Amino acid sequence: MKIAVLVKRVPDTASVFKVAPDEKSVVTDGLKYIISPYDEHAAEEAIKIQEAGGAEIVVISLGGDDCQETMRTVMAMGADRGVLVSVPAGLSIGAHGVAQALAAAVKREAPDLVLAGKQAVDDDASQVPERVAELLDLPHASVVSKLELADGKALVDREIEGGKYRIELPLPAVVTIEKGINTPRYPKLPNIMKAKKKPLDTVTLEDLGLSADAVKNQAEVTKVASPRTDRRNQIVGGDTADAVKEVVRLLRDEEKAL
Amino acid sequence: MSVLVLLEQRGELKPCALEAASAARDIAAAAGMPLNAVYIGQSLEGQEGKLAGYGIAKVYAYEHASLSHYSNDAYVPIVRDVARELDAKVIIGSATALGKELCASVAARLGVELAQDAIGAAWAGGLVAKKPLYAGKVLADVTIQSVPAMVSLRPNSVQAAPQDGPAPEIEKRAMPEVSLRSVLKETAEATAGKVELTEAKIVVSGGRGVGGPENWHIIENLAEAMGAAVGASRAVVDAGWVHHALQVGQTGKVVSPDIYVACGISGAIQHQAGMRTSKIIVAINKDPNANIFKLCDYGIVGDLFEVCPALAEEVRKVRA
Ligand SMILES: Cc1cc2nc3c(=O)[nH]c(=O)nc-3n(C[C@H](O)[C@H](O)[C@H](O)COP(=O)(O)OP(=O)(O)OC[C@H]3O[C@@H](n4cnc5c(N)ncnc54)[C@H](O)[C@@H]3O)c2cc1C
Repeated sequence: MKIAVLVKRVPDTASVFKVAPDEKSVVTDGLKYIISPYDEHAAEEAIKIQEAGGAEIVVISLGGDDCQETMRTVMAMGADRGVLVSVPAGLSIGAHGVAQALAAAVKREAPDLVLAGKQAVDDDASQVPERVAELLDLPHASVVSKLELADGKALVDREIEGGKYRIELPLPAVVTIEKGINTPRYPKLPNIMKAKKKPLDTVTLEDLGLSADAVKNQAEVTKVASPRTDRRNQIVGGDTADAVKEVVRLLRDEEKAL
Repeated sequence: MSVLVLLEQRGELKPCALEAASAARDIAAAAGMPLNAVYIGQSLEGQEGKLAGYGIAKVYAYEHASLSHYSNDAYVPIVRDVARELDAKVIIGSATALGKELCASVAARLGVELAQDAIGAAWAGGLVAKKPLYAGKVLADVTIQSVPAMVSLRPNSVQAAPQDGPAPEIEKRAMPEVSLRSVLKETAEATAGKVELTEAKIVVSGGRGVGGPENWHIIENLAEAMGAAVGASRAVVDAGWVHHALQVGQTGKVVSPDIYVACGISGAIQHQAGMRTSKIIVAINKDPNANIFKLCDYGIVGDLFEVCPALAEEVRKVRA
């Protein structure tokens, strides 16, 4: 069994995000970066499979050199090795480009199972793992809260609004992971030390047969702004009976929302 | 040339399908292109009338019992092929759990870009989608240059506003040959009558202030009175009082209802990420300095054990 885990390094969304003077980006100075939390659940799920029946786990990421830190974290959790698809700083790559590059990297590894978080918490795009699956023509399922493997198949619980689907997928397959499936472990110090010695290969877009033009972003952010702050902030006073009456009147007569 | 809208169904057409149609109509008008739609499901029979007033020229209806539930093996090739056949320049879908999977997969097959979970989209010489980033702390305009340009819209973020106009022509399509790799073994659907959290027009959420699972009925009672879906903060989910499917926030559901009522919720930044785009926010909290009051429209400072039942009663009274 070989499992590829796709991880993304993202800014911690608890940070303060300031709109940059160009109004097309945010100020990145001083942002703290973390592994996207859902990817951490995906990594944990891979390690649980490894512990239960043995598996080789390769962690794959795309980005700059600083991604190595994120990948080492996953190796400290238990992944065996890493492949970083290294991209030149400043190159803006769209989801299609990212997926092509990751698909090429995954294909080289020929894993039985590809796991990734259901979305990255920076742009919440929820699309790269699905794209990787489609580009490799693999069956896939998203937002999975339970995963079982048996007889060359994955049986998954896929969350939908107000319910779930139980789906059986033949391996190899791509599965994106929802939180609640497990509790990611904290790497122990000896494992953090060990992880530093695990192999981490770097490949370029060129190595994967892709030109900068092929991965060019065709979905550029052309403007960023702070979200609306024009809330009324009206505290409705009086005793409880008066206050609820007034709130209902406001919602019904003023806002016409009730 | 065409704008193409994907009509999501769960047995019936979903409200978000009409929201997407509404946005697609305006985009098609601005771009000077006809609007067409794809329906994939068991049957559109008897629902055509709902699609009147959105300027849809034709609905390509793929109806079959085996298509009643989403499967990427079956749905993705259908949408890909219709998009190619119509030479679609813009494709609009819904950012539901299944809609996102469909849109991402179709985008890959067409080799194009997709603004997923957008809260608006407009035509300005090209498709521009409004998309929250970084847990909603920033709002971005994403200009999509790929052809087609794809966008999935967050439920409730665009209003379904039909105009006068006829129901669209329905063109029934034969079920294409599909090789199903994934097999749907079982479905567990929400109990009928319960309002779905992400599509609800009103959401009533409870937080740690509710005190314990034994008091949760206070939230449910207010939700029932308001015809609302029930949500929760992570504190409540982590404590095991309610299922995590109810969690609103960065690591839970993102909701955009007309009214969001936060009861005993402090308003942590990660909670805001899930409810910030609500149209009206009402907060009930006993701490006048609670953060939630900084982002609410209307607030009541008080004990939720008193305020929530009184509010429920008042709503029932005016609605009776
Ligand atoms: C990575 C990460 C992701 C997270 N994701 C989410 C997420 O998706 N969703 C989310 O909600 N949180 C999330 N959190 C947690 C978040 O930071 C807060 O801890 C959480 O939202 C707090 O929940 P709460 O408001 O219910 O509880 P508290 O912060 O404890 O607030 C309880 C509130 O109830 C009020 N209160 C108490 N008693 C009463 C009463 N009788 N009447 C009226 N008011 C009363 C108090 O004044 C207080 O304001 C995340 C945190 C992290 C680190």
